[in-house]
Amino acid sequence: MSTTAIDQTDAPAEAGAGHPSPEAAARTPSRRRRRTPLTWLRGGGLWNLAFLAPMLIVFGVFSWWPIARSVIMSFQKTNLISDPVWVGLDNFARVLADPNLGTAVANTLYFAGLALLFGFPLPIIMAVLMSEVRRGKGLYSALAYLPVVVPPVVAVLLWKVFYNASPDGVFNTILGWAGIPPQPWLQSPATAMPSLVIEATWAAAGGSIIIYLAALIAVPPELYDAAEVDGAGIWRKIWHVTLPQLRGILFIMLILQVIGTAQVFLEPYLFTGGGPNNATLTVLLLIYRYAFQNSLGGAYGEATALSLMLAVFLGLLSWLYFKLTDRWSTN
Amino acid sequence: MTAPAPSSAQPSTALRQKLAGLGTRRRDASDAGGDRGILSGHDRRKRGVRVSMAGVHVVLFVGLVVAGLGPLLWLAKAAVTPTQDTLSHPFELWPNGIDWANLETAWNDIHIDQYFLNTIWVAAGSWFFQLLIATTAGYALSVLRPKYAPILNGLVLATLFVPAVVLLVPLYLTVLHPPLIDTSLLNTYWAVWLPAAANAFNILLVKRFFDGLPREVFEAARTDGAGPFRVFWSIVLPMSKPILGVVSVFAVIAAWKDFLWPLLVLPDPAVQPLSVRLPAVQSQTELDVFLAALAISTLIPIVLFLVFQRLFLSGAGLGGAVKG
Repeated sequence: MSTTAIDQTDAPAEAGAGHPSPEAAARTPSRRRRRTPLTWLRGGGLWNLAFLAPMLIVFGVFSWWPIARSVIMSFQKTNLISDPVWVGLDNFARVLADPNLGTAVANTLYFAGLALLFGFPLPIIMAVLMSEVRRGKGLYSALAYLPVVVPPVVAVLLWKVFYNASPDGVFNTILGWAGIPPQPWLQSPATAMPSLVIEATWAAAGGSIIIYLAALIAVPPELYDAAEVDGAGIWRKIWHVTLPQLRGILFIMLILQVIGTAQVFLEPYLFTGGGPNNATLTVLLLIYRYAFQNSLGGAYGEATALSLMLAVFLGLLSWLYFKLTDRWSTN
Repeated sequence: MTAPAPSSAQPSTALRQKLAGLGTRRRDASDAGGDRGILSGHDRRKRGVRVSMAGVHVVLFVGLVVAGLGPLLWLAKAAVTPTQDTLSHPFELWPNGIDWANLETAWNDIHIDQYFLNTIWVAAGSWFFQLLIATTAGYALSVLRPKYAPILNGLVLATLFVPAVVLLVPLYLTVLHPPLIDTSLLNTYWAVWLPAAANAFNILLVKRFFDGLPREVFEAARTDGAGPFRVFWSIVLPMSKPILGVVSVFAVIAAWKDFLWPLLVLPDPAVQPLSVRLPAVQSQTELDVFLAALAISTLIPIVLFLVFQRLFLSGAGLGGAVKG
């Protein structure tokens, strides 16, 4: 009861804080001249803390502290028995000297490149086509989104069956209908990575299609009218109106896809375990091996050092990317 | 309050319109298409365009049915087909009869029933804690707005820019030796629920939605004697059902999908969810039973999707709107 009474008296002060309007801004300083613990309490300070406490605890323990700790740990030798020891740049040196790092980086770049090639244009084309059909749009959206709903682990395990390399495998049977000889899919270093990318593209395309469809609806129809007045045909309308209007979301989706594919783990881990012959060893798989699969026990320092290098690289890449695209979009 | 307020003002109105249109979205979409898209009415009357649009229809329909529905239909078929038939004639429909017993074997002998319950438990807890954190923090940062709110807001948003990989090892060690309490969280669901709740994207979504709610209603409630908790519980939450629905869908789906994190923090098979258990049992399970297990595990998400289809699709589009 008493708290409600306090709140009632302080309602105007809170209203001032809630509205950043000029008059409120002019009014608040005089009201807040003397701040004592009592005014803090009467202003609802305890309530603020009570509502913030769950977030502060959870973020503090499971987000902010681990982020800080990853920086600390990358300069330490950590095991679970003794106290951590500062080792300077040893972890970084050891990671950079690992012959597997080059393979992992090259494979990750290969995966990201293939995923961009297969996976970036496809949803755009699909979304543009789907936005132009008049009937069945709901059905098409649902069908396109269905693979996204399949749990990724189930999808990978199912596709592993599809990729059966025997001539009677699912995909090899389909290829057989077209007269194409059976492929080794996951069994050969040459075809393993493209197989992973095909599955990853199938699993992710639906989400991008829905996002592009939402963006396409927001394109003002007047722009198309105006383009027609200027004599633009269908292709020129797509090139000069649709794509420029989608530019912002396309830029974002591109960098998000790069950031996502740079951290690919599920596909290589479940499909091939990094094989055959390390052909699908990715950076994240290497980090996992350092920390959780090392025969000598967890090399946590090396794992965090590599994570940190990857994160800094991605951060610099995004920064550079936004700087570049910013210049293009202002032109 | 100075820096974030102006930049968040514009998207929040856009977001509000989006959310206001949640229920009517499909009609909006078809209206916009009926109004016009790239093709004008004049274009559509051209013979060449009509023929190609018919072609587009066929390509879209066949392509999407084959790619979207095909693998699932195949899985449903293979789940009740004996192993030999699946291996030697993957596209023939039950040359040697249907084997319904696969489903029963998968459910009882590989204990899909138990892992199913574990998955539901993981998803339910993640959902609860994500909603709890997102709504209380969103309310404090958007409505109560203490002086230090912008700083906290910045700290929360900053975590969006940290790739998940950075957290992997330190978070694992935190779960092994959490601060203040003396027991390891390994093999407890807290180890999955609480890190999932530290989700800045949820807070961003909810806070932006709360920013768009009319302040006058809160003022009126306060004048009538409602305290901060009552405003939160009886006014803000009931007004926020659309965004809570979106966050709920995101939370449940993410929990259902998650693999690497539960694999690390739930090493005991008795508490593992389906996503972790399925790859582990693969090597000791016959293919037909394994495919039956995969089919059962896919069923619930598919049913959820079909029931809440609109929420899913608008949620996915909303994710894009926020990213943009």
